Amino acid sequence: MTLHYRGRVGKLLSSLRIGDYDRIRVLKDGRVYEGILIPRPEILDDEHLIIKLDNGYNIGINIEGAKMKLISKANLSRERKIPKLRYRDDLPFVPLIVTGGTITSKVDYSTGAVISHEKPEELLDIVPELANIINTKYVTLFSEFSENLTPNHWKLIAKAVYEQLRKGADGVLIAHGTDTMHYTAAALAFMLHSLDKPVVLVGSQRSIDRPSTDAVLNLIAAARVAAESPIAESVIAMHGSPSDEYAYVIRGVRARKMHTSRRDAFQSINEPPIARVTYDSIRFLTENFRRKREGPSNVELDDRLDPNVALVQIWPGIPNGFLSTLAERFKGLVLAGTGLGHTPRYLIPEVAEIVKSGIPVVITSQCLFGRVNLNVYETGRRLLMAGAISGEDMLPEVALVKLMYVLGHTDNLEEIRKMIKENMTGEVGAHLGLNVFPSCWR
Amino acid sequence: MYSPPAGGELTDLDYKDLGLKVGLEIHQRLNSHKLFCECPSIMREDEPDSWIKRKLGISYSELGAVDPAAKFESLRRRMFLYGVYYDNTCEVEADESPPYPLNEDALEIALTIALMLKMKPIDEIHVMRKIVVDGSNTTGFQRTALVAIGGKESCIETNWGFVRMATLCLEEESAYIVESRPEIAKYRLDRLGIPLVELATKPDIWHPDQAKEAALKLGRMLRATGRVQRGLGTIRQDINVSIRDGARQEIKGVQDLDLIPEIVRREVQRQITLIKIKDSLISRGIKEEYLRTPIVDVTNALADSKSHLVRKALARGDKVYGMRVVGFSGILGSEIQLGRRFGTELSDYAKVFGGVKGILHGDELPNYGIDEDHVRRVRSELSCEEGDSFILVMGKRKPVELAFGSIRERLKYALKRVPNETRRALLDGNTSFMRPIPGSARMYPETDVLPVKTVPILRRIKYLPPAPEQIVEKLVERYNLTEDLAWELFDEDKVALFERISKYNVPTRFLASMLISVIRSLKRDEEPIEKLKEDNFIEIAKLLGEGRLAKEAVPEVLRAIAKGEYTSAEYYVKDHQISMEKLDSIIKEILIRKSEIIRERGERSFGMIMGEVMKEVRGKIDGAIVSRRVKRKLEEFLQAS
Repeated sequence: MTLHYRGRVGKLLSSLRIGDYDRIRVLKDGRVYEGILIPRPEILDDEHLIIKLDNGYNIGINIEGAKMKLISKANLSRERKIPKLRYRDDLPFVPLIVTGGTITSKVDYSTGAVISHEKPEELLDIVPELANIINTKYVTLFSEFSENLTPNHWKLIAKAVYEQLRKGADGVLIAHGTDTMHYTAAALAFMLHSLDKPVVLVGSQRSIDRPSTDAVLNLIAAARVAAESPIAESVIAMHGSPSDEYAYVIRGVRARKMHTSRRDAFQSINEPPIARVTYDSIRFLTENFRRKREGPSNVELDDRLDPNVALVQIWPGIPNGFLSTLAERFKGLVLAGTGLGHTPRYLIPEVAEIVKSGIPVVITSQCLFGRVNLNVYETGRRLLMAGAISGEDMLPEVALVKLMYVLGHTDNLEEIRKMIKENMTGEVGAHLGLNVFPSCWR
Repeated sequence: MYSPPAGGELTDLDYKDLGLKVGLEIHQRLNSHKLFCECPSIMREDEPDSWIKRKLGISYSELGAVDPAAKFESLRRRMFLYGVYYDNTCEVEADESPPYPLNEDALEIALTIALMLKMKPIDEIHVMRKIVVDGSNTTGFQRTALVAIGGKESCIETNWGFVRMATLCLEEESAYIVESRPEIAKYRLDRLGIPLVELATKPDIWHPDQAKEAALKLGRMLRATGRVQRGLGTIRQDINVSIRDGARQEIKGVQDLDLIPEIVRREVQRQITLIKIKDSLISRGIKEEYLRTPIVDVTNALADSKSHLVRKALARGDKVYGMRVVGFSGILGSEIQLGRRFGTELSDYAKVFGGVKGILHGDELPNYGIDEDHVRRVRSELSCEEGDSFILVMGKRKPVELAFGSIRERLKYALKRVPNETRRALLDGNTSFMRPIPGSARMYPETDVLPVKTVPILRRIKYLPPAPEQIVEKLVERYNLTEDLAWELFDEDKVALFERISKYNVPTRFLASMLISVIRSLKRDEEPIEKLKEDNFIEIAKLLGEGRLAKEAVPEVLRAIAKGEYTSAEYYVKDHQISMEKLDSIIKEILIRKSEIIRERGERSFGMIMGEVMKEVRGKIDGAIVSRRVKRKLEEFLQAS
């Protein structure tokens, strides 16, 4: 018997041998409430209990002056009818690597609990269209909200992708929380060498337990890209607008979550999305992507990373000594500078000291769009003279991941400088046409 | 042969005998900003700024037992369009952002209503998601919270007995539907999220007229708070009706209280008839397995028909499909509500589930240009025997199959019992099928909104608004109004204004009727009465009290202001007032003109003179002044002559 109640209510309930989801009766102020005891989220107080009435509503009852009685124990073993998984010989095999997020969960209306499921059949119950696009299986790595992920998690994912592709998968889907999806997508891009199959990260901004979930279109689009597209890169497939019409395929090293909650939160920065995918079609917006190779995969895994890198946003009034303190703790710094890639003038001697001590300082811009240019203003030129490395048109987060990757391979400042500026996987040197800066109201 | 029951009036005793049970669910919009964001609760008339397209992800296992597979298929294919307004809808209505915390002002109003009805507030309110898959919520669920529960003491009294309250919920209003077709539905988001209380009674109502009285009383109670929205569509009733051996029907969206008794009466009639149909089918020995007759393409049998219906369908490339209905002859055509036949019920199912335009059946043919010969051909194609009827549906194969599937389900019910349905109220008091009644609501917690404790909000409620009856009683006593006039002031939301203008020393009944009947007649004339502001009435009352405006002129002043000809009554008076000198000269002229009659009748000619003068000065000067003046001038005239 489990019981998600603490403190006063918890003691009272355990003394009555009442557990989660038991049917109970509560008497209070001359009224009788009967229903199922619902677990109480930990952040709420310990003075109320929650019951789900027979009309479906949850109510919170303050236990002051309330009398409780157990009516019957929980009965949760309820099998749901779900369609059988059919394998079709004519479809590619695309495993789904599960890392967390809500794409592999469902809601139990008898209790209101959101529970994760283990079998792809249950996913097909919600997105039956997938069965006509791919044959799949679950590869469950862990179940974490993506804000909790670390570079170690990236390595686990990269290894799983490598293994699945080497074992013959035609492409890989990765179910991922959206908060840091673009960091993972960039990390995979650096760690998977000679990539010759699609690796598609997918998630949802509205969880899959809701009828309005964006996961359906996202999954269909992602599966279509993994199964049918010639793209052999680490990409993100998510909504392209607030409508359930099309998703954009965004190169992992160009993707950034630009909105806290919209379906089309992920934007391609500094280059157009690779493709636009509807329920039944893929249209390419650029020819600029790595091509898939038929036959067995020759993908290589190089997961050497040094996570000791800090990303610092420059702000007006940033005090002297702040960067030096960080330099004591980290092996590399990425600055998201202002404008073209600037810091206040008074920080420049500090930057020079840090670089001199052998710690690389990579300059990106908090403008996100556009390229860093340290040659235009004096501040920029002085930063260059201090030994800072221009991050070019890299996103600050991508520069962070790349510096981790580079530091995993060398601590020679000159080699670091060379590797940072070198285009490894499409992260540097975009063609900045006039069509890559969005504004919703134009 | 089955004969429909005579449509005679049922007596009170009959309703008791029939076990009529009616419960009300009253939905009232609150006068506050939206429930889960800061957008204003206003409705728009103009075109939305843009439209977004959505689908709803519905899983088969979630859909539940009540909805046939056909429903699932069509739902998954259906596209929903939502019209957004950039200035007063936001990301929350578009389901592009999580909800903000629950609007506590709205909760305060809901709790006030609960206390007025002596209902017990819930200690801690939990917002739920109630699954709704018709697209009327962008989220696919309606956010709703149980706020209070009724007890023995929470009831209202009607002429037919007490009606107890069951529950009071605070929920978000759905999106406004613009257009609905099987493959697409269009909604506007301006209405979505307006706070709404749903007040549900227990099924204590046993008489059709009692249902109306209860709805009226509860509506007045809600308005007594002064914090609910007024006007068209801001309050609507759902009515649950059942009789013994019948089944509960949820009748949606009744806006006109006067229609309630008729809706209940006709629903009782419908259920009585459906039960009789069942008995008749059983006595005919019809069995469920007889309903497995195949769907047959009968296009050829009708190819040369002169029927417009058929020819139009064939021109579209549609086909005509038929199904034999064993033993149902006479039943499809039997009337179950005034002007609605059993065939109409089947037609509703075909429309809802198949998206077809309707059906034709054997009991109504020959008709619609299909003659006897063609009927014979169809019957023979379908292998109909004596006592059988048939159904024709025109359209493409797939929708027609869905339509026939649902018709078959409905026919099976005819042998068993009255099916539970959600029905739409029609303007004549009839109802039409919308969907099967959902099983127990599929609800789960709205995890994006924290629970709210009611104690701090209850503390804010310092006093409860007086009950409507108290307000009216006070009006009658203090202002010497008739009870009817007082109720009208209350129902038209004019009590506060009336009390403000009543201090200007003008007969109160006149002021009350100015606010009620004068406004009503301007409205009838389609004058833009919304231009009339409270200040206009206050000014008019003041001018009346000072004797500067004649009562008779009030309708014209109001009309002129409504039309925008004047911005204030003061200006009107300046333009229209006549001086005493002018009045005297008008009186003098009339006395001279009518001098013969005056000499003949003497003082008795006052009425006639007064009438003549008023013809000229009506509305320009107070009648009492005119009367005094005419009297004096007449006396002077008579003395002089």
